[in-house]
Amino acid sequence: MITVKNLHKRFGNLHVLKGVSNHVEQGEVVVVIGPSGSGKSTFLRCLNLLEEPDEGEVWVDGVQVNMPGVNINKVREEVGMVFQHFNLFPHKTALENITLAPIKVRGWDKKEAEAYAYELLDKVGLRDKARVYPDQLSGGQKQRVAIARALAMKPKVMLFDEPTSALDPEMIGEVLDVMKKLAKEGMTMVVVTHEMGFAREVGDRVLFMDEGFIIEENTPAELFTNPQNPRTQSFLSKIL
Amino acid sequence: MDFRWDLIIRSMPVLLEGAWVTVKLTTIAVTIGLVIGTFVGMARTSKNKIVYGIASVYVDFIRGTPLLVQIFLVYMGLPQLLGFPIPVWIAAITSLGVNSGAYVAEIVRAGIQSIDRGQVEAARSLGMTHRQTMRYIILPQAFKRIIPPLGNEFIAMLKDSSLVAVISLEELMRKGQIIQTRTFRPFEIYLAVAVLYLIMTLTISRLVAFAERRLKTE
Repeated sequence: MITVKNLHKRFGNLHVLKGVSNHVEQGEVVVVIGPSGSGKSTFLRCLNLLEEPDEGEVWVDGVQVNMPGVNINKVREEVGMVFQHFNLFPHKTALENITLAPIKVRGWDKKEAEAYAYELLDKVGLRDKARVYPDQLSGGQKQRVAIARALAMKPKVMLFDEPTSALDPEMIGEVLDVMKKLAKEGMTMVVVTHEMGFAREVGDRVLFMDEGFIIEENTPAELFTNPQNPRTQSFLSKIL
Repeated sequence: MDFRWDLIIRSMPVLLEGAWVTVKLTTIAVTIGLVIGTFVGMARTSKNKIVYGIASVYVDFIRGTPLLVQIFLVYMGLPQLLGFPIPVWIAAITSLGVNSGAYVAEIVRAGIQSIDRGQVEAARSLGMTHRQTMRYIILPQAFKRIIPPLGNEFIAMLKDSSLVAVISLEELMRKGQIIQTRTFRPFEIYLAVAVLYLIMTLTISRLVAFAERRLKTE
């Protein structure tokens, strides 16, 4: 579903990604972990070209997306993204947040979009919040609406950029539950997170990144119990 | 020293007539300014260097030269180029509107830039184009935020519109001048003119404060 070859990204003099390659299968749940500044968020943001890679190739669903002439908007329609700070549209209700892109981008009619939005609100357990504005929602509720908003485009892949890092501890569970549900339904997911429990439970594969490289990758069971690289060992010893 | 209240009272119908012209003139000018300012403001946030450059030259020229000079350029300068005279109303609306556009552009630019980057990223990650992102996400939020400075711009324009008296457009200031030349009572007349401007500007600032509160509670 996603293939990345020799990805490089620099911000000025800062070399953030130093040649990252990987492949994500359809239906696979890949969890990316690593210390802050390791490049994991940048790697994720390169997948839907929120960051333009300086070198290397990004392939999504058989199309190389970082090529001149590729309609990046078309690519992004198929790649949902969930952000650390939710980024809900504050001037729109939960329902409008979810239906806006399907109506304006996909060209669905309003009824159709709303029917599907209610289905998604059911899925994230927030049907009763449809008419509510984001500032009246808790952090966990905001993030669940944000997930529903991304799903409304019927994406083939979902990217999660530290989706629980800005949440109060008691709200992390409700968001992870929604993500687990998605994983079990077979959604292809790439998740940058510090939630090792989530990685262990639903991750098919864990990538450990440090200093712009993927240092080590393995199944969660292997990587957490038997890390090979000293840096992985050091990182895991600090957080587990 | 005597103070001729009767003169003020007798001049009032004519002055009010002028005040009404001032209100119309300002409203039209700021409306034109809003249209120009929205596009130029967006252009000032553009990554395209040519678009940004043209917008910047416009904003710098208007903000860096006196409005009075701009009014003369339009009313007297343009006819020389065009080969036909421009009606005074058109000249006044054009020069004030184009002037207002530059100031509104800077307000709009600041409004756009005040919106969190995450809003653009969320919209773009859903497949929205730059134009859709501006229209449905950024501008609605930006305009809500810039209502107070836009109100100030309206007030500033209402006062600056007195300058078109020099091209004999009969708005409030010009009406005052006309009465003054007949009565030779500048203190009473210009005091009355000043109070009328004050009433208008205070009314507008109240309306803006009200609108601001309404939008906040929404």
